[in-house]
Amino acid sequence: MRFWIKSDNLRCLQKGDKVKTVFKRTPTLKDCPTHYCPGCGHGIAHRLIAEAIDELGIRERTIGIAPVGCSVLAYNYLDVDMVEVAHGRAPAVATGMKRTNPDKIIFSYQGDGDLAAIGTAEIIHATHRAEQITVIFINNAVFGMTGGQMAPTTVLGQVTATTQQGRDARSEGYPLQISELLAVLPGAAYVERCALSSVPHIRQAKKAVKRAFELQATGATGLALVELLSPCPTYWHMTPAKAMEWIETEMTRVFPLGCLK
Amino acid sequence: MCGNEALAEAAIIAGCDAYFGYPITPQNEITAYMSKRMPEEGRVFVQSESELAAINMVYGAATTGKRAMTSSSSPGISLMQEGMSYLAGAELPAVVVNVMRGGPGLGNIAPSQGDYFQATRGGGHGDYRTVVLGPWSVQELVDCMPLAFDLADWYRMTVVVLADGILGQMMEPVVLQEKARRKLPSKEWALTGAKGRPQNIVRSLWLQEGVLEQLNYKLQAKYRQVQKNEIICEQYAVEDAEIMVVAYGIAARIVRGAVNKARQEGIKAGWIRPVTLWPFPAEQISKAADEFRMFLVVEMSCGQMVEDVKLAVTGKVPVVFYGRPGGGVPTVDEILDKIRQLTMPAKR
Repeated sequence: MRFWIKSDNLRCLQKGDKVKTVFKRTPTLKDCPTHYCPGCGHGIAHRLIAEAIDELGIRERTIGIAPVGCSVLAYNYLDVDMVEVAHGRAPAVATGMKRTNPDKIIFSYQGDGDLAAIGTAEIIHATHRAEQITVIFINNAVFGMTGGQMAPTTVLGQVTATTQQGRDARSEGYPLQISELLAVLPGAAYVERCALSSVPHIRQAKKAVKRAFELQATGATGLALVELLSPCPTYWHMTPAKAMEWIETEMTRVFPLGCLK
Repeated sequence: MCGNEALAEAAIIAGCDAYFGYPITPQNEITAYMSKRMPEEGRVFVQSESELAAINMVYGAATTGKRAMTSSSSPGISLMQEGMSYLAGAELPAVVVNVMRGGPGLGNIAPSQGDYFQATRGGGHGDYRTVVLGPWSVQELVDCMPLAFDLADWYRMTVVVLADGILGQMMEPVVLQEKARRKLPSKEWALTGAKGRPQNIVRSLWLQEGVLEQLNYKLQAKYRQVQKNEIICEQYAVEDAEIMVVAYGIAARIVRGAVNKARQEGIKAGWIRPVTLWPFPAEQISKAADEFRMFLVVEMSCGQMVEDVKLAVTGKVPVVFYGRPGGGVPTVDEILDKIRQLTMPAKR
């Protein structure tokens, strides 16, 4: 990303200047410092969710589920009712919430360790039951909070704390494309994979996140899931800029972007 | 009605909003009954993909302030322990019915009392407890359900109804009726959407130094309140007994028969039956230990509650154990023999 600013626009604001706000914090995003690492994608994802909630006007009837992982503290940033749950169990918890509160908007926010490893059964069965819930699935190809171990979504050759020679298909298997798995189930209302790696991709991700909430708010049958390829510069051992590039050059080859259902 | 169906109907009368469960013998009648009755009442029934999912569905419904329950049998209850620990950490009310079967492992589907330790010690990770009710008849099983929901809401904790394969399958006449209930506090902590109030958060993660320690002290204080206020224990023939037989659940029913027979033979026997297994009636047993010569503890296990009895008796009098594990059910005559043996040692 590069920005050009014309030199004749460089002038200090003066009294009487008409100022137009073109960008501000969306109300559901709290005004507080972040605990995430520099270059982490969670901040972007949180913002997209908050914007979608505010634009749809559903904040007062939305309940969120924070996962186990770096984003367990998501409730520190998202100003909606939220609950912490056991690792991977969010879709089951969401089922309990939505079935007893059909008028509420229930979403879970889950990482790849949470959703694609320990919680595989829960996400597949929640989808298979066509639960009316929204799932935001953050795929950063590693376990972040525990120290950068291999995730099911770790790409071949990727060096992690538990694949120090790079992930080898012969011993560690292949990256798990769980969105493709879910998209074939009749209970999936909507499955899309987006990336948080550039402005156009983020804008597309915003549309997808909003759609995933909108479908639930309008009573569509089935589970709506948006997978977001998200940078983890810390455990990819890269600069934030390089991490964004890596999503586009490496991750999207294994996890192609687009609407899967 | 069989115990399983009766307890299910009692849960509905008690205002259970949602039931989540996974089939396992010998409690399948509960799941089947709920699948029919809950939708009839406009309430929620979900057959989950596992017991792990079932307890987490309960967790989800409980966070929104709904009365939720699940039921299972021993191996399934083991799977639920993760969720039960989270329920304890997040201080959420829930009712879990365990229709115990023989273990360990897949064990068998015969009645057992082998899960006493798991139920009364918390069962999952961390310093926590659950209230454990051990009914001995289908009627008491029925009466346990509203009590379980009320205790769960009152103390914001899990209440386990510890039945067994016999109670679940046995048919007895029951009276199903709505009873006078506790006036319960409103659930201001529940997640209902942040409308006109600040955001509510239900959590069990406390990373800041000392915060989790304080939470644990708070939980312990709550547990002490439960111990102070909620113990239920029944006794028989305490006036003159030389031997007190301690048993709970269906084993206590068999013990009652044995004690009656012993009395007919002139043996001064009595029985004590804890209905709440946690909180355990330690004080009642300790008092009894001052008056009687010995205790016999009968369980359908290799001896679990006997440890609590020994802790209560503190060595004042002998505590003898008789048990049948792995689905074995002691007969009245077996227990009677044991009572005879203990009370008339000189003749043998």
